[in-house]
Amino acid sequence: MSLFHIESDRSKYPQPGDDGKLVVDLDSHKYVKLWQGPNHPGVTGNMAIELTLAGDEIVQAKTHVGYLHRGFEKLIERRLFLQGMQTSIRMCVAEPDTNEYVYCQCVEELSGIEIPEMAKWIRTLVLEMSRLQSFLRVVPGQGGTTGLGIGVQWGMYMRELILDRFEELTGGRIYHMYFTPGGVRGLLPQGFKKRMEENLKEIDDFIIRIDDLMYSNAVFKKRTVDVAVINPSWVDKYGIVGPVARSAGFNRDVRKDYPYLIYDQLDFEPKVMNHSDIYNRSRIRWYELQQSVDLIRQIMARMPENGDFKAPTPNVLHWEIPKGEAYVRAESSRGEYGLYMVTDGSTKPRRVNLRGPSYTQAVCLLEDMLVGANIADVHSIMVSLQTCPPEIER
Amino acid sequence: MSLKDILLPFKAWANVAKEPVSLKNPMREGAPRYRGFHKNDIETCIGCGTCEAICENEAIVMVPVEGVAGVETKSGDSGLRPLIDYGRCCWCGLCVDICTTQSLTMSNEHTWVVTDPEELKFIPGVDKKTWDNNELGWKKPAPNYHFYGQERVSMGELHAEERGDSFIEFVKGYSKEQAQLEADRCVECGICTATCPAHMGIPEYIKAVRNNDMEEGLRVLYATNPLPEICGRICTHKCEDVCSVGQQGEALSIRWLKRYIADQIPSEKYHEILDTQNIYKGDKKIALIGAGPASLSAAYYLSLMGHNCTIYEKLEKAGGMMRYGIPSYRLPYDQIDKDINYIESLGVQFVYNTNVDAAKLMELNKTHDVVYIGTGLHLGRSTGIPGSDHEHVFQSIDLLRKITQGEEIMVPEKVVVIGGGNVAMDITRSMVRLQKAKYGKVHVLATSLESEDIMPADREEVVEAREEGAIIDPGWGPKSIEIVDEKIKGLHVYKCLSIFDENRRFSPKFDTEDKKFFEADMVIESIGQGMDISYLSEELKSKLTFDPRGRLTVNKNFQSSLPWLFVGGDMVQGPDVIHGIANGHKAAIGIDYYLNSKK
Repeated sequence: MSLFHIESDRSKYPQPGDDGKLVVDLDSHKYVKLWQGPNHPGVTGNMAIELTLAGDEIVQAKTHVGYLHRGFEKLIERRLFLQGMQTSIRMCVAEPDTNEYVYCQCVEELSGIEIPEMAKWIRTLVLEMSRLQSFLRVVPGQGGTTGLGIGVQWGMYMRELILDRFEELTGGRIYHMYFTPGGVRGLLPQGFKKRMEENLKEIDDFIIRIDDLMYSNAVFKKRTVDVAVINPSWVDKYGIVGPVARSAGFNRDVRKDYPYLIYDQLDFEPKVMNHSDIYNRSRIRWYELQQSVDLIRQIMARMPENGDFKAPTPNVLHWEIPKGEAYVRAESSRGEYGLYMVTDGSTKPRRVNLRGPSYTQAVCLLEDMLVGANIADVHSIMVSLQTCPPEIER
Repeated sequence: MSLKDILLPFKAWANVAKEPVSLKNPMREGAPRYRGFHKNDIETCIGCGTCEAICENEAIVMVPVEGVAGVETKSGDSGLRPLIDYGRCCWCGLCVDICTTQSLTMSNEHTWVVTDPEELKFIPGVDKKTWDNNELGWKKPAPNYHFYGQERVSMGELHAEERGDSFIEFVKGYSKEQAQLEADRCVECGICTATCPAHMGIPEYIKAVRNNDMEEGLRVLYATNPLPEICGRICTHKCEDVCSVGQQGEALSIRWLKRYIADQIPSEKYHEILDTQNIYKGDKKIALIGAGPASLSAAYYLSLMGHNCTIYEKLEKAGGMMRYGIPSYRLPYDQIDKDINYIESLGVQFVYNTNVDAAKLMELNKTHDVVYIGTGLHLGRSTGIPGSDHEHVFQSIDLLRKITQGEEIMVPEKVVVIGGGNVAMDITRSMVRLQKAKYGKVHVLATSLESEDIMPADREEVVEAREEGAIIDPGWGPKSIEIVDEKIKGLHVYKCLSIFDENRRFSPKFDTEDKKFFEADMVIESIGQGMDISYLSEELKSKLTFDPRGRLTVNKNFQSSLPWLFVGGDMVQGPDVIHGIANGHKAAIGIDYYLNSKK
């Protein structure tokens, strides 16, 4: 290996100053400023990173957002409680159901509505399907960042299968708008479980194929193992959650720690690893992909066949919720995902604030992690954090 | 890293032999629940606008649709239909879920290519689209899936056993919690307002109930109706018949909510709330004949406009048919007094026990600027069948008046009532009470030409009369009253086959083979009333015009062909209280206009 390894001349690189930070003198003509994004196929959405390079090594990084800001939190303040959910889902395109859940649960908590048992099972099923389709994008997507495009194509096809089931169940493919304050908007259609099981079988096969293709791939390993390692001490410092935290040895999962819906009745154990490099962060998602498939099977086997799926609500056209505040969290595929809602007794929320994992991970953590990384690894690092820009710019 | 890591990825080459999964045109069909393009069954749609109200993107606008079969502006239909802008729509389907008639649905069609973006604004159902007959697509998920309450908050009532022998009001009224719960069901479509003859601000006062703002509620009520306590009890509630909440569930109890507001505020506070402590009084004088709802309503609004009103009433108290026609178990006298006393406190003069005849009318014409007549329909109509001239054959309104006045009336053991309207039910239930008090048992039978399903009486009146022990046997035409030894034995009837001929003219047909005999000691006729206009001299009558039904013709201001003579109430519209209130209000505006333009 040492044959290919060329030790670079570190004297040309910036040296730490008195405060321990690198001193970058742009006037020295040793550095290059480069914008990665916002129109770049490698970034995870409409965001940009301003990079300062010395050679092909990054010495400074700055995250720039604002290309996607549509003021969703503000828009929800102008909407009735029933209407807010349709806006909240747009705060994360890749996995909108978690938004639906936290929004509806907030409204239900503040107005004291208990949803029917059937609705809890269906909500859990939809949340797991949502996690599954999210992982079907991001697991092979990690390979895509290193040039392994074929896995992405397989994954997209598998995701379409799940979207077909979403369409059948909810009436929509991407934005499902299937939860409603008080429950859900329908029962499972006839034959849904059978078709779902057929899709899950294909996904089982895909899981093995992607293991062979990516995780047993010399090139992929060379590009990801021991790259962009997250020091466990950073987890609390930066507020890292979800698979990224679990890969660094922290057994944190909202589904286990603060069980909601019917997660306490399901049989699963969060996967934990103790070395958070790109490879392990991707690998842990691959394990959780299998876990999601297993959870969907558990839910479909144990859920009741029939029952009420929506609790009665006050007239939605003038539904007033008393003064109060609530914070509801759920485990999205990216980690803890929370919604904070304040009501003032009127027909609209006074304030809605969304706390997604991307804000801290793509703004604070990424800026520090990129220092010292190779420019070719920037995409891989961003995807390994599973950044979702709309969630930063709500 | 091992050799395995080099070789295993090449397994992906196996896919070369596989069929591609990409789909080619034509596009596949959407799922059966797919939220695709909108469809609207325009004949079922009533244009209530809840879709517009719930649309979070303001993609829906209600627009008038003219010249389309099945759409017209009429009672219970606003004549508007939703126009959807697909530049704003997010296909969430809330409009479908909340639709009061379930006319709005979505097809599973998802591809539509246009060259002109304006085409993406369209009125589903009116602008014909290829997906209009698509069966699949998003619909309301389940019959019990609702976004507003479907069931009426039940009204506390005295049980039939308790109320059967007493004239005490048996409807208890809503509590605060009940009223707010009921008011919450309103979708604020306003079809009720359009239908109400007085165009009361119904969604506004229901909103006041929700917000527990009774003062605002009272102001809304008095803007269009100066008799809320009365209307809150006995209105014929045309609003409830068209209530869009009633399309799938039970209509709102609009009448009881009105009563709730009026019941909450003591009469002493009315002046302050309605800002009527100091009313300017001008020099114009108006005489109103008959103290019924039309005259009271006209006098109220004329007083607010600064005119001096005097009401002349034949009987000893004001209220007209509301007091002397409607039994007190439905409308207690103290509630009539509450509304009328407030009108009186605005400076309206009442002259009781004064019968206006032809000479008096001409005298009033000389001493007043305008004369308004609202004498209503107080003459009972007779069936004219053999035996109907017997002394024990009565007119219902004569009996009802005597009950109010406290006079003794004949209460035999067996009574037959001919008629199927609300007045027939009033006398039936009054006789039930009198019989129960006198004999402890009930034998009152009411029969009508109309069959059960088309009886003109309110449904709840029929149901409550049966609860109280009366027999309602509709669908029979009276043939003759059998009299033996100067005493009534009963009523012979034929089965009634139809009431109207093909030209909608009254022409009942009977099956003379199908007979029945109702035993009775007394027969009460309640088949409608006529008006008594004997106070109009022949000279006046020759100057006035009448329509084919014998009603006085008036212009839109309720002014007759004599400029100084205005007419209102049951004589021109109705007959019911709310029409009288409405046309009294319009006449007041007309009189004010006439007085101001006369100068």
